[in-house]
Amino acid sequence: MSDGVVITGLGAVTPFGVGASALWDGLLEGRSALTRIARFDPSGFDCRLAGEAEGFSARDFVPKAYRKAVKVMARDIELAVGAAHDAVRDAGLSTRGQPLADGADPTYPPRRVGCHIGAGLIAADLDELTAALASGVDERGEFSLARWGDAEGGAGAMGNLTPLWLLKYLPNMLACHVTIIHDAQGPSNTITCAEASGLLSVGESMRVIERGEADACFTGGAENKVTPMGLVRMGLAGRLAATGDEADGSRVVRPYDPASAGGLLGEAGGIVVAERESTARARGARVYARLVGAGSGHAPRSDDPAVRARGLANAIRAALRNAGLEPADVGAILPHASGVPSLDAEEAEALRAVFGGSLASIPLVTLTPAIGDAMAGFGGVATAVAALCLHHRTLPARLHAGAPAEGLDAGPAPARDAAVSNALVCAGALGGQAAAIVLSSA
Amino acid sequence: MIARPVQTDAARRVVITGTGAVTPLGGDVDSTWAGLLAGRTGFAPITRFDARTFSTCFAAEADIPDLAGVFADPSPHAGAGRNTRFALAAAAQAWRQAGLGDARASADPPSTLDRSRVGIYLGSGEGILDFDTYVRTNLDGWDADARAVDTVRWARAARERMDAVREIEQESNMTLAHVAQAFGAEGPASNCLTACTASTQAIGEAAGLLSRGDADVMIAGGAHTMIHPLGVTGFIRLTALSSRRDAIESASRPFSLDRDGFVMGEGAGMLVLETLAHARARGAEPIAEIVGFGSSADAFRVTDIQPEGLGAQHAMRDALGQAGLDPRAVGDDGRPAVHYISAHGTGTRENDAIETRAVRAVFGDRADAIPMSSVKSMLGHLIAAAGAVEAIVCAKVIQTGVAPPTQNLRTPDPACDLDYVPNEPRDLNPAGGVRVALSNSFGFGGQNNTLILARFEG
Repeated sequence: MSDGVVITGLGAVTPFGVGASALWDGLLEGRSALTRIARFDPSGFDCRLAGEAEGFSARDFVPKAYRKAVKVMARDIELAVGAAHDAVRDAGLSTRGQPLADGADPTYPPRRVGCHIGAGLIAADLDELTAALASGVDERGEFSLARWGDAEGGAGAMGNLTPLWLLKYLPNMLACHVTIIHDAQGPSNTITCAEASGLLSVGESMRVIERGEADACFTGGAENKVTPMGLVRMGLAGRLAATGDEADGSRVVRPYDPASAGGLLGEAGGIVVAERESTARARGARVYARLVGAGSGHAPRSDDPAVRARGLANAIRAALRNAGLEPADVGAILPHASGVPSLDAEEAEALRAVFGGSLASIPLVTLTPAIGDAMAGFGGVATAVAALCLHHRTLPARLHAGAPAEGLDAGPAPARDAAVSNALVCAGALGGQAAAIVLSSA
Repeated sequence: MIARPVQTDAARRVVITGTGAVTPLGGDVDSTWAGLLAGRTGFAPITRFDARTFSTCFAAEADIPDLAGVFADPSPHAGAGRNTRFALAAAAQAWRQAGLGDARASADPPSTLDRSRVGIYLGSGEGILDFDTYVRTNLDGWDADARAVDTVRWARAARERMDAVREIEQESNMTLAHVAQAFGAEGPASNCLTACTASTQAIGEAAGLLSRGDADVMIAGGAHTMIHPLGVTGFIRLTALSSRRDAIESASRPFSLDRDGFVMGEGAGMLVLETLAHARARGAEPIAEIVGFGSSADAFRVTDIQPEGLGAQHAMRDALGQAGLDPRAVGDDGRPAVHYISAHGTGTRENDAIETRAVRAVFGDRADAIPMSSVKSMLGHLIAAAGAVEAIVCAKVIQTGVAPPTQNLRTPDPACDLDYVPNEPRDLNPAGGVRVALSNSFGFGGQNNTLILARFEG
């Protein structure tokens, strides 16, 4: 019998604040953190609501000696660093940057700790970059590459960008800062497949532990698309609701409701600790859930949602096969549930293809009306929530201001007891990638 | 080091059955290889934008493939960016060489393939920023007095200017989306972006998926270009680039005492990987076998490599362990376990000295007997795509027994004291050819990946 993989630590920074526990509490209480964007004036955009982790700064969660490095962290990186801190604390691990006691040895040798953190396309800080660009404007009022240049004939305007500017925005910097803070020297990867990134990362951690290359992995993802650029890009991609004067985001995002106005963004980092079962048990770790299956697929481009659904259906089937489970064994599903009608229809089509008529009796745990679409942050956050559902034998409250399509258990519901043995977490991404994982109760 | 049994089960062994490349030296593998053996360098003044006043005003640009010559119907890829065009052309070559079909006739995969068992794992970079539009939009929103962007004005400008396709194509999973679509891959799909090591990692993880039984066939590789104003700016500010404006053609000088940074390249490398069992069943000819993969993080600093190259050592040792190779051993033929190393060899002061130190630490005295060259001396640095092209180079070295040179290596550096195959290719056949080749890729932020390829011997 091969050694399994278990989830032992949950970390999150979400619009509910810092901590997987803050997220869980918010979900149990049926609150929504989707409100008018506060970090910049959103009144010029069609979509003015989102979820923000107000007051969060990675400064409060890094070793003192590392505080300077926060200056070279884009918000996405900060979210990952904060979530990783939360996960380490929750797992009861000791690491270089977060020892259980002063001078305490790390729980695992650094070489045995891996890190797989999904990331998105990180938008440059507009004020910082534009200040530099403005210094490259010529006498005609036009930006001039010649002035931008730093050599003979140029005005050296590019020199107004901080030397480490590029490093703020490389997607692998989420994992890099986390590995440096916690001295994780094992396999490390950065998967960039939009909403599927987090779950693909969890699957990769599982394989790396199975292959014997690590005993523990930071795994999940983080992204902040609550930026002017994020609103524009996701708006152009048809993902966002025009919110008008609406102030309550939970009234906007209505998963699987053909009348839903669209999705809303929420920044989030979700990172869990995945651990080899034998070493986790040996150290007496609390096991939230077992990670028993992972799969992925790719959706063909098509006008027919049934064809597009093949990608997600392939991912779910592969994850179930990997877990040695049948669809009938699944007691709860945490889907992406974007609130964008065309995407939700495709997702529902994939679920119907796998679960058939029994789908109606499987509760869907939808997070988007509460925290929005976390993009690359979704997978880690949803994995943490799924683990908590199994651990507490409880499903969180479900917000829904409309009516989901028939045959789906996705309407409004209070938090409730549920003896779920196996939970499926799945997501399809802008671009067609799809991923699924299966967690089983410990 | 991981001690694991070497794979002997055909269902778990992974072979390369197709390769494709678009590089600054040519639009396919053969022309690239010919260029490398001829010692050609692809460096010239940047033509993509006006870089005349940039301290690095040159790069290694690749010709952008015309997709009308690649696909019977290129229309699904009409909005594809430069990196995606590189990827599609390279993938079509690999697909054809693997005997899976000719996209010029029909891009449909053969009906004998189960699409849910055809996967894709790329290490492709983000698309190119729509620079002029972006700069204008930002400047329109700029409030000089407040020294901040007025987001209301900015939003209005963005609405007027920005184009949906150009914006969405920048997401770094879009190259993958196009390639998967083109070749009917509906199985496992991932894109990783670990800077300069991404496509090496993609190949390693793709092999892992095959070996695990998650797919029969994987398209693996990467595509990237950062030859655009902010890409070049970013690397200039990091002082990572050569600024040898007076000797552009020989600007990339890996392992040479006078090296002053890397030269940016662009392009794609794509491989078709499959389980040996699957390749055999359909009568496909393996080009080489992937026998080892190692991945590690320096966990040191964002800006610097760990001085002893510990992370690089770990990646190499893990890959060797997986391949069942002892780096200190001497074979029956008197040769080391590895017969060729494709160095990361960027041409930065730090990388080349530390990589040398790491190789020496892993192989000990045997390191002196292993030819190790950097094709970045000719191709430039293809960033995320570099590792895939270098893996293909390793496959060619195994097939031909010839090692490409490290070009522009005229001034030895005491800190770089290995055999870098300086300036001339070397025929290794008299010594017994190349049975095992190792390819290193290291990335900003301390990501390290090593692949080991071996001659396929049944």
